[in-house]
Amino acid sequence: MPADETRPTTTPGGASPGGGGSHPAPAPPERLDGADGATPAPAPGPRALAARAALRDVPRVPGAPKPDPVLVADGVVRRFGGLTAVDVAHVEIQRGAITALIGPNGAGKTTFFNLLTGFDRPDEGTWTFEGRSLARVPAHRVARRGMVRTFQLTKALSRLTVIENMRLGATGQVGERLASAMFGWLWRGQEESNTRRADELLRRFKLDAKREDFAGSLSGGQRKLLEMARALMTEPRLVMLDEPMAGVNPALTQSLLEHVKDLREQGMTVMFVEHDMDMVRDISDWVVVMAQGAVVAEGPPDAVMADPAVIDAYLGGHHDAPLTEEGEEEQLAAAEAELEREHDREVGR
Amino acid sequence: MDWSSILSNAARSAIGLETVIYALAAIGLNVQFGYAGLLNFGQAAFVAVGAYGLAITVTVLGLPFWLGVVVGLLGAVLLAVLLGIPTLRLRADYLAIATIAAAEIVRLTVRSATLREQTGGSSGLSGFAEGFYALSPLEQGRSYGFGPWVFSARLAWILLVGWVLIALCCTVVFLLMRSPWGRVLKGIREDEDAVRSLGKNVYAYKMQALVIGGVIGALAGFVFGIGRASVQPDLYGTELTFFIYTVLLLGGAARVLGPVVGAAVFWVALVLIENVLIQAVGAGFIPSAVMDSTQVGQVRFMLVGLALMLLMIFRPQGIFGDRRELAIDAR
Repeated sequence: MPADETRPTTTPGGASPGGGGSHPAPAPPERLDGADGATPAPAPGPRALAARAALRDVPRVPGAPKPDPVLVADGVVRRFGGLTAVDVAHVEIQRGAITALIGPNGAGKTTFFNLLTGFDRPDEGTWTFEGRSLARVPAHRVARRGMVRTFQLTKALSRLTVIENMRLGATGQVGERLASAMFGWLWRGQEESNTRRADELLRRFKLDAKREDFAGSLSGGQRKLLEMARALMTEPRLVMLDEPMAGVNPALTQSLLEHVKDLREQGMTVMFVEHDMDMVRDISDWVVVMAQGAVVAEGPPDAVMADPAVIDAYLGGHHDAPLTEEGEEEQLAAAEAELEREHDREVGR
Repeated sequence: MDWSSILSNAARSAIGLETVIYALAAIGLNVQFGYAGLLNFGQAAFVAVGAYGLAITVTVLGLPFWLGVVVGLLGAVLLAVLLGIPTLRLRADYLAIATIAAAEIVRLTVRSATLREQTGGSSGLSGFAEGFYALSPLEQGRSYGFGPWVFSARLAWILLVGWVLIALCCTVVFLLMRSPWGRVLKGIREDEDAVRSLGKNVYAYKMQALVIGGVIGALAGFVFGIGRASVQPDLYGTELTFFIYTVLLLGGAARVLGPVVGAAVFWVALVLIENVLIQAVGAGFIPSAVMDSTQVGQVRFMLVGLALMLLMIFRPQGIFGDRRELAIDAR
């Protein structure tokens, strides 16, 4: 298992192959990564167990306080004209855990992500990361503080090579300052160490064979992997993944899942938006459910999925129900609102 | 038809004054458009600010030549910052609209009758170039060069300085674009939100690119003004910007030497077509019912336009571009 060679030493016994894990891999017929095709998924690592233990006694109510929150949002409201897209009264994200953010289409998950990461400004509200306020902090400063995000529509930098994409992710580069850019001797050493780190990550994500290819020539799943690997170059403490599985070849999803779990084992906090319930059940320690802009439920995956409020949000609501005439109209209205919101965002920038 | 004069004129134009001016202006545009993806449709304004900064300082204010150069450069920086502050936070097309309008504002302002005392109105200014020629180590009255490239001492001096400037700018662009700074710029061209999410201050990088490209455009303005020993507002119209874009795309955007080769090819083609047409009309190969010699000037641009269309169809990446790179959808 070559993937294990690059695992950090902080996870002793974290991934003992054949450890009889409770989540056997479905063993798909063909694996793109080809490495650990038939081996069962590793047992939960120590940090996974720690995260679940820490969350065991947290009350299963929206806005529940966590023992060690890394991200706390209070009264975050975002309106687009008359439509309130996000209205989150209080939510806390536990450090070192994988938290899933789920909800039906149009629940405001991505908008909430955009607000938290500085890509959009809320009308009201405060939120803190590691105890420091992030209100009115621009997106690039949010990333520098250790809170990095990926995008629903993957943003690989197409006409840069894979390795250049990776190098771009490194923070604090001397050569990125205009004053020192022209003088290679000032930044070459740093560049080499960044490249070493990038190559390590590429090996871990099995993209090393694509090192010199343009990112635009990668498949959808490989772009997702590249985006995640590139985000890790910033050495984040909180990783926010917006639909990491969207458009990914099923053969790659298992490997992507393992990478996400791996982030937790390395001590990072992960928060992700996802529609794939199997993935949510498989990897998340805690689930936050949004509907119509608000947090409606919280809890461990199994408990949340049995929660009537959640089932209501998904099935009782108009979104996934078979289309009646009324439902159709509502969807049309929602789509129009979405368009308008898109427009507002463009203009507002 | 006198082919030797046609060919020698074409050869001269390969390194001539126009080539130098367009190459410099296109190198600046390459930093903005080719590398950072900024749609600056007002490069003519930066060229004009350079030329007029020099001319006004020397001719109107009577200050020394070097101070005129400083004023021109500072003017370009100021224009870039003024244009950048409101538009660089917006989507790319807002910059395009703002710059094309600003270029016309600059041209119409220096052209206005009210400012005749300061800018010379529609007839422009002259008499500011002597400070430059006084610096020349070349002997007046002699000519310099070899083969078809024999120039008067004055022209040889400005060409020499112009090509040194081109070499300097190309070196700077080369050094910048292979650095991590250049990588951020190219990343912004591809997707600025992705670059922002990696902790880079996209706004600052775009501003730096706009300023650097504008300053190189002002250098083109110095050569433009000094080479003709005068500045005239209507030479800095929007068509100048579009020819600069043509030169850039011809040579290949986001390539260090693309603008230089593009400028040379553009002017050689233009001069070649013009000379061939004039001689053909003169020798009666083209009957005057079809075209007379006064129409050559327009027809040459038509033919150059046609050649460019064919180039964009069959070689859209320009002379130096990489087709593989162009084939990738940018988003």
